[in-house]
This record gives sequence, C-alpha cells and structure tokens, in this order.
Amino acid sequence: MYLLFYISGAVAILATVMTITRLNAVHALLYFVVSLLSIAVIFYILGAPFIAALEVIIYAGAIMVLFIFVVMMLNLGERAVEMEGKWLSPGMWIGPEILAAILIAEVVYLLSRQPVEVHAIQYVEPREVALALFGPYLIGVELASMLLLGALVGAYHLGYRKPKALENPDADNTDATRAAAGGDLVRAGHDRPAGAA
Amino acid sequence: MFALGTIGLLVRRNLVFTLMSIEIMLNAAGLAFIAAGAHWVQADGQVMFLFILTMAAAEVAVGLALILHVHWQKQTLDSDVVNEMKG
Repeated sequence: MYLLFYISGAVAILATVMTITRLNAVHALLYFVVSLLSIAVIFYILGAPFIAALEVIIYAGAIMVLFIFVVMMLNLGERAVEMEGKWLSPGMWIGPEILAAILIAEVVYLLSRQPVEVHAIQYVEPREVALALFGPYLIGVELASMLLLGALVGAYHLGYRKPKALENPDADNTDATRAAAGGDLVRAGHDRPAGAA
Repeated sequence: MFALGTIGLLVRRNLVFTLMSIEIMLNAAGLAFIAAGAHWVQADGQVMFLFILTMAAAEVAVGLALILHVHWQKQTLDSDVVNEMKG
C-alpha cells in the first residue's frame, strides 16, 4: 500500500513538472489530466474513494473539457488544421500514455485484491462526509451554491460579446468593403450602375 | 506540488498556463486537506476538499471566459500585453 502511494505520488509530481514545462498548451493539458488522475489514485489510497471519484469526474472531466474547449477555440482557422496533424504525432502522447499505464496497473492491482485487508490508514466513509457537510457546514454549502450561480452568470456575461467582437477581424469582408472593391456579389443586386448591361 | 504550481505561475507568461498553475495549486491544497483528514480520522478534510472543488470550477469558468475576452480584443495571450489597465 505504501509502495503504491509513493509510485502514484511520483507519477503526480512528474506529470506536474511536465505540465508546467511544455510549450504547447495541449501537451500540457494531457500531462495535467494524468496528474489529476494520479492524485485521484492517491485519494483512493488515503481512504477517500468518494473524493477520488469526484476528482475524476469534476476535475479530469468537466474542468479539462472547459480547458480543451477554450484552447481549441483560441486557434481557429487553417493554422489549427495543420497543428492538429502535428499533435497526433506519436512523440507527444507516448509520455502521458506511459504514466497513465502505470496508474491503470495500480488501479487494477487495487481492485483485484477486493477483500481489502486492514488499511494502513483509517477509512473515512462518505456517510460521515455527508453528515459533516450538511450538519455543521450547511452554511458553506449555501455559500458554494451562491458562488456557482455567480460564476455561471459571470461566465455567461463575459462570453456573450463574441458576435460583436468577432466583427473586427472580418472587417475587410463586409458588404460595404466588397461593394467598394467592385465585387460582383453585392453589385449584382439593387444599385447596379445604369450603364452596365 | 504547491511549489510546482507557484513556479509555473511565476515562470509562464501565457494566460492559459497561469490558470493551469492555479489549478495545480488548488489541487495541492486539496491534497493536503485530504491527507490531514486521513491522518486524524475526520471527515472535515473531505468537506473542505469539496469546497475547494466547487471554487475551482467557478474560478475556471470565469477565468476562461476572461481569457477568451482578452484573446478577442488583443489577439494574444501574453499577460505582459494586458498590463495597460489603468484606473
């Protein structure tokens, strides 16, 4: 059990170091996902399986999807297509793959010895967590709900100006500029010059 | 790991990496809470981690929206460019 703890701790630290030293954001995100998964394994070993599941679902699921979505949004266009070809080269995913394989081996080993022997560390049941959460910490739950509502409204408000803000890069592509440039698409309409056939 | 997050925050000048480093630091704090809660057999550590998780989710949503905003306006993600905010 201690050996597993130290292995996953080493994987976590290694993945985090790789995260903050990568130059490409997507490479860093891959290592970051591995780091989060190894922290989830550490939580399981420490006797908090509910928190480990939450870590995988919320951090490695929801937050990583948000990050990847934004990274994909930030480099749209033709440049993204050729970069995508580079991202799929085997040199970049082999590192996270090895680290994730170590983690999978650990989890399989943990699950295979299903009649769990006496833990080195005492087990904290999710029931106790729930009792503490909705007992003395009830005001904290309410505050968290208000924080999430505020974050929802704030993120929506900040992300809403996209249509107006995206007009500027396309300023050379509007109807007025095309008409001034003599493009047929606009001129074929209403104000065709009288001399033109 | 908290130190690693701090180093990442200081070294990188890309806003996405800044946000990821903040996530690493929050993770490290949560890990410390869980470890402490496992050491003294208390459920409070896990409750605190739930709060950290909630706050991280909210913070990432707003932070990524801000990053998109900066990208639309400045066409860059260099945080040295954005230092022109004067009161």
